[in-house]
Amino acid sequence: MRMLPVLIRLAWRYLWRNHRRTIVMLSAISIGAWAMIFMTALTRGMVDQMITDGISVLPGHVQLHNPEYLDDPSITNRVSLTDADLATRYADAGFEAWASRVRVPAVITSERESRGVTLLGIDPMAERDFSFVDYDQVDGRFLESPDDTGVVIGAKLADTLDTEVGKRIVLMSQDPDNEIADRGFRVVGLFHANMETYEDTYAFIGKKTAQKMLRIGDTTTEVVFFGDDYRNVEPTYEKVAAAVDDSMRVSRWTEVDTYLGTMLSVMDGFMLIWVIVIFLALSFGLVNTLVMAVFERVREIGLMLALGMKPASILGQIIIESMMLLAVGLLIGDALAWLTVKPLESGIDISVVAKGMEMFGASSVLYPKLHMDDVILSNVVVLILGFLASLSPAWRASRYEPVEAITKV
Amino acid sequence: MTAVRCVDICKTYRQGDQDIKALDHLSIDIEKGDFVCLMSPSGGGKTTLLNAIGGLDIPDSGEVWVAEQRIDQMSKGQLADLRLANVGFVFQAYNLIPVLTAQENVEFVMQVQGVPAKERRSKSLAILEEVGLRDLEDRRPAEMSGGQQQRVAVARAIVSRPELVLADEPTANLDSRTSDELMELFTELNTNHSTTFVIATHDQRVQRYAKRLVRMRDGRIVDDIEQHAA
Amino acid sequence: MNIVLRLAWRNLWRHARRTWLTIGAMVFSNTLLVFMISFQFSMYGLMIDNTLQVFSGHMQVQAPGYKDDQKMRQVVLDVQPLADRLRGELDSETIAARGWAFGLASSEERSYGIGIYGVEPEFEGNVSNIPGLIKDGQYLGKSDAMEIVIGGMLARNLRVGVGDELTLLGSGLDGSFAAAVVTIVGVFESGVKEIDRNIAEMPLGAFQEVFYMEGAGHQVVILASTLDDAPMVQQRVASMVPEGLVVHDWTALQPGLKQAIQADMSSAFFMYGILVILVAFSVLNTQLMSVLERTHEFGVVMALGMRPGRLGRLIMLETAMMGLIGLLLGAVAGALLTYWFSVNGLSYPGMEEMVANFNLPGRVYPQVSLLKTLFGPAVVFLFTLLAAAYPALRLRRLHPVEAMRTI
Repeated sequence: MRMLPVLIRLAWRYLWRNHRRTIVMLSAISIGAWAMIFMTALTRGMVDQMITDGISVLPGHVQLHNPEYLDDPSITNRVSLTDADLATRYADAGFEAWASRVRVPAVITSERESRGVTLLGIDPMAERDFSFVDYDQVDGRFLESPDDTGVVIGAKLADTLDTEVGKRIVLMSQDPDNEIADRGFRVVGLFHANMETYEDTYAFIGKKTAQKMLRIGDTTTEVVFFGDDYRNVEPTYEKVAAAVDDSMRVSRWTEVDTYLGTMLSVMDGFMLIWVIVIFLALSFGLVNTLVMAVFERVREIGLMLALGMKPASILGQIIIESMMLLAVGLLIGDALAWLTVKPLESGIDISVVAKGMEMFGASSVLYPKLHMDDVILSNVVVLILGFLASLSPAWRASRYEPVEAITKV
Repeated sequence: MTAVRCVDICKTYRQGDQDIKALDHLSIDIEKGDFVCLMSPSGGGKTTLLNAIGGLDIPDSGEVWVAEQRIDQMSKGQLADLRLANVGFVFQAYNLIPVLTAQENVEFVMQVQGVPAKERRSKSLAILEEVGLRDLEDRRPAEMSGGQQQRVAVARAIVSRPELVLADEPTANLDSRTSDELMELFTELNTNHSTTFVIATHDQRVQRYAKRLVRMRDGRIVDDIEQHAA
Repeated sequence: MNIVLRLAWRNLWRHARRTWLTIGAMVFSNTLLVFMISFQFSMYGLMIDNTLQVFSGHMQVQAPGYKDDQKMRQVVLDVQPLADRLRGELDSETIAARGWAFGLASSEERSYGIGIYGVEPEFEGNVSNIPGLIKDGQYLGKSDAMEIVIGGMLARNLRVGVGDELTLLGSGLDGSFAAAVVTIVGVFESGVKEIDRNIAEMPLGAFQEVFYMEGAGHQVVILASTLDDAPMVQQRVASMVPEGLVVHDWTALQPGLKQAIQADMSSAFFMYGILVILVAFSVLNTQLMSVLERTHEFGVVMALGMRPGRLGRLIMLETAMMGLIGLLLGAVAGALLTYWFSVNGLSYPGMEEMVANFNLPGRVYPQVSLLKTLFGPAVVFLFTLLAAAYPALRLRRLHPVEAMRTI
């Protein structure tokens, strides 16, 4: 251990002895590190966005349903707890947000056309923080209360229906007795969404209005809950489940939307593989560099051994050299990544392939996100693998016989 | 006390398809404080004998004793410790670590020995002064002449006052004046500190400083003469 | 053999480990590239084929504007005779006419808004998978009976099965009220959620009656024999249809598909690019060192009369040899790897859910092809040569005397 300062000094100076080779290696490592982190940031941003969008539309972090609802999503399978009930049970739970809604399939008819939509009867104030609709970006206005008698539809749908703000449409669905339940609404707002399909699919009306129209009293079809981290919904799940019995079904978002749920872990897996692939591509060069460096130093290593330095110190010195090279390369790569991601964080416009992205479930703007976790992971993986890769040349170096080494011409 | 004792040592090398007897049943005793010069034509075995004494090259058979310890059966680690503690080396070539300055080179052995920094620094500067390189301590080997490099090597070899100094052609790159200075230094150490010197050399100048001349041929000692130093 | 070639070859093997490590980098990247490119393009081909074969076909004849607006009044007049004529002139059975309307389907217990397609039962199976994916009951008969087939999800949502009746309500072409009662003869499972949930098919004749179409429809769907033949077929069709109608190819009908492929390709090529660059650096490093350590030797050779240009060529030759070995070994390894998966199939945990959106199965069998195998390694080879250009060019500046002073 007391040899450490000398070994570090030797390692550093040996690195710069052949500065061309070191610079080439550093460039390679920086580019590799940059690519790892940049790609990870892009992917992470995309996945984050996808999941946030997906969760805000469908399942929240945790959902509450009638047990029959998931198999038969119709109005007959409602959540029998009223809002008052729910408020009492969850008064102290401390969720980030929660809301109950009425969700039914419906037909929307304008003067000229009809389409199928998913009707959402909501409390606009309760959903403001997590809705995929930006209330401030709505043409016209968004709903103002659960009693609102207007309807807000997507801009794309309005186009298809040949309708606009101020005109009337009819919403038709069924009540629990299978009777037609319909009502005329005035279009009060048009919303824009990241995903065009959302604009086609969803229509919003006030919750109380929906309940009246569908004749379901105080009941709703789903209750959604949000914790603070979509990756870890267990605490939220526990809280929700604690206040209800078997008459209600509690689900995590990963169970309800298997695509998104799987997406997260698959993407995590892909990113790790990408990091390892890059490292492996670099490792050949790294080992080569070390082997060459050791080869050039045979006599000096022999000298040091002859003077009484322990073989373990030689091993240590080579390893330190390798780790320094990697560390500096990583730092440069990290800095480059930060410099290239930061300006792009306000969004990369890829609307050119917008429809394609929608097939993946992603929006047409990419927001790369640099997460410390990802950066640390990449760096740590490279350092550990680099350490392993340098063991062989370092070990070889430490096994040199002083005499052979010194008398080599 | 016997500083070095070799009993019937043999060492054979294979070169191509020939067997070369570098050491052929050689025995020698060297007392503490002795100043020995080894001479032989090329290939005569003097380097091999030096390596054997220094624990760098174990003979095929026979015994080697250094500082009253039997070294031919020691492990590599023990030999390393022995070299570190007791022996100073000046090799024929490649004596210095190119990426370290003169001072750092001199301090190197002390660092491995665990000598505290302040002491290392003062000792290394002092020894560099003694060999006349005071102002060159921050130079790297590539920035020094052959003679200066050799003096740094010598400085390194003696800075920790080892009991035994083994030198292989120490004056090879030196001009006559520097050679003399070097040998004066050796003699002073030998006289004042009882450092044992075993020097392999062709140089007649060096031979004049020796107290004992040992001539070798084909791995054997053919002559062993005591003499008074010049 | 040429002395220069011999020299270059031997120079490579003076430092065998170094050469092998550099080749190793190439082989690693090449294997990966071959495998990934084969996999990627096999997937794309599969995606396209699978998606188009479900329902869209390779191209469709439609009224202008229908593709984007899907308004009922954007019709193709006399759609069945048109389909007949096209079938005759192209001598093909993979052409079918369709009509479409939005309506409310009601069972005893439930109602849902769905898309109702009128199809030619005789020919629909030639352009779409759906008739072949009947799980319960059977597909539509050849007559114009009031029959219907619906998707499995829709059947579940409506709580009906084969033999049950559905009431259809909607608007006719002229805007008047359209209604009919139809019997479910079959339930299909296409695997595509949107289709299984929202689509029902009935015979075209019956459809045209119910919705007062007066012989009109909305699409003529055409499937070419392979994706590559489609453009040619499209040209012919375009020349045969009446004025005022348009022919859309699949990229217009399924723009998302093409864009998804483009997006995926861009990100893939970014990654491939990085791999190639890293290999190039490896080669640069090796050749740079190889040149520097031979400075003395080169000095001697130049002093004896060899020109620096020839030395540069020597370096390039050495690099090319190394590169070729890397290319061949990598291509073979990659092809073998791909072949193994083409027999055993490739699947990863979570794959099924991930690719369901793209009509891909949970297990893919990538195909080996010469182009896909050689493309990646060829690019790597090219960049390898480029990388060696720097050390090779540096040799031009070498002065013999200075060079020989280096040990």
